[in-house]
Order: sequence, then structure tokens, then C-alpha cells
Amino acid sequence: MVIFCGIGGRMVEVTYDNGETSALKKGIFDGLPIGVGYMPVALTFGLIAGSTGLTVAESVLMSMVVFAGASQYMALSMIALGSGALEIVLATFIVNFRHLLMSASIHERAEKSSKKVKALYAFGLTDEVFAVASTKSPPVKSGYIIGTAIVAYSSWVLFTAVGFFAGTVLPYFLQESMAIALYALFIALLIPSIKKDGKIVIILAILGGAFHTVFQLFMSTGWAIMLATIVAVVVFEMFQLVGKKEVQAK
Amino acid sequence: MSMPIVWMIIGMGVVTYIPRLLPLVMLNTENWPVWSKRMLSRVPYAVLGALIFPGIISVHENVWFGVVGGVIAVILAYIGTPLIVVVGGAIAALAVMTVFL
Repeated sequence: MVIFCGIGGRMVEVTYDNGETSALKKGIFDGLPIGVGYMPVALTFGLIAGSTGLTVAESVLMSMVVFAGASQYMALSMIALGSGALEIVLATFIVNFRHLLMSASIHERAEKSSKKVKALYAFGLTDEVFAVASTKSPPVKSGYIIGTAIVAYSSWVLFTAVGFFAGTVLPYFLQESMAIALYALFIALLIPSIKKDGKIVIILAILGGAFHTVFQLFMSTGWAIMLATIVAVVVFEMFQLVGKKEVQAK
Repeated sequence: MSMPIVWMIIGMGVVTYIPRLLPLVMLNTENWPVWSKRMLSRVPYAVLGALIFPGIISVHENVWFGVVGGVIAVILAYIGTPLIVVVGGAIAALAVMTVFL
């Protein structure tokens, strides 16, 4: 209908609005697997937070304000060891430094939008939200990223609270099996890209995984992921340059 | 709530938010060379590889859980099932394995 009656800018505007709503819905739908994947991790976090001596308000506040799994777990073990607050904040910064790279990468793929909107979804850019959003073909809608982040965040906060009171409410065999969820999600994100872009994606993923396997032996996981990503991308670029030169030489 | 803990949580929140926020609102890559943009566009695939390996191997004491879950996920994703089904399928497969092993 819009297509027939719309003229110029007005038509674009109308379709844009519709696009935003459906982008949000699509984002929420694609966020569901993250919600499922966060469930066992958040339940366990709530449980351990309780046994570390945090109150329920402190545990839930941490999930609401920080929203970063690895560093929240690290904070708990540091609290248990008697580390100071400043030390814990510094360690958190170091672990989350890798998000600079992910944020920069999303910057290239996301649609143009106001700084306010970007500041909003930046808060939700966990590894998993980044992974879902960045495997969409650009330009990725802001609404899509926000939808994905909302589901991830809700699951994280809600199940932190549930975990605090009930511990792992899931039956043991399910709690154990759910550890595969986020890995299955990452695979599910990678495969369509492989089908679309082929060898490039496979090689980059293998390089990323291989370098991470090596680096994590002697550095913390946040840095290992960041460094592995940088080295993988640089090595790939260099091989491609060498390949091109050889073709030219012939 | 004890105030030192609350301040620590706020501090953790700020240092987590900053790296997620700054590149998004501050970068201006319009005049960056093509090769640097190309490399940034490849970051997601390398990140995904790093997020999968080596972590998937250690989802269970028995390495086969990770392998089986991974293979099921690859098959389900390859035939084009939605994300949530891939994730559910991998969980179901491991749940069955846990019950029978």
C-alpha cells in the first residue's frame, strides 16, 4: 500500500518506521538463544554470589550494572580471596578491553544512528550479542541490536536472582547439557556465513580458534580472545597480499 | 547493601561500558584506508572462531560431549534451522547423552 500511495521522502519514512518495529522483533527473536544460553551461567553466578557473601540486592545489582559474565565471575573469586575493590575494578577493565575491538567492528556494520541510540545498545554489547549482531549482513538495524540485547539482559538479570535463591533450579543433567548452548549458538552464527562467503570465513575462524588455543595457555581469556582475533585478521591479510603478488608475478 | 560493594559494582560497570561505547560513538572511519576497514569487517569471524575454540572441548569432563554437541549444531545450522532450534537440538543431544552414559 505504502509503495503505491507514497511519494518520495514520505514513502521512505513510512517503510523505515515499519522496518524499525520488525527489526526490533527480529532482534528479540534472535536474542532468545542467548537468553537460553545465559540461563545456566546466570543461575550459577547467583548461586556462587550468595555463597561468596553478597546479598541478593548486590548480586542482582552487579548483573544489572556490569552485564559481563567473565568479569562478574572473576569479581566473585577475587572477593573470596579478599582482593580490594580497586584491584577488582582494574581486573574488570583488563578483561573487558577486548570489547573495544568488537565495538569498532559493529561501528562498521551498524546503520547510521544517533549517538544516544548507539550509547544505548553499546551497553548490551556482550560477546554473544556482538556475535549475533555482527553476523547479520550490514547495515545492521539499531532496533535489531537493541532487541537482541534486551533478551540477553533480561535473562542475565532474572536468572541471577533465581540462582541466588534457588541455586541451580534445573535438573542436573539439563544444567550440564546447557553448557553447550552458547557454543551451539556461535556455530549456528558461523555456518550461514560460511555458506555465503565460503573459504574466507572458515580460514578466519580456524585462525581465531587456533591462536586463542595457544594464547590462552599463558594469558587471561579476555586478552587471549582479543589478541587471537587481531593476529588472525592480520595473518589472513598478509597471506592474501602474498597470494596476490604471486599471481601478479606470473 | 554495603556501600563499598556498591561503589565497586559501579566502578566495574563503568570500566565495562567504556570499551563497548567509545569506538561506537567516537570512531570516524570514513577516511581510513580500505585495508583497515576490510580487516575490521573480518573481525566477527575470527572472534567466533576464538569463542568456539578451545572452550567447546571443555563443556564437560568427557570431551565427546563438546564434539557431539558441536557436530549436531553444525548439521542443524547447515540445513538452515533457526538459531533457537540449533541451540535446543544441541542441548537435547547432550541431555540424552548424560542420561545414557
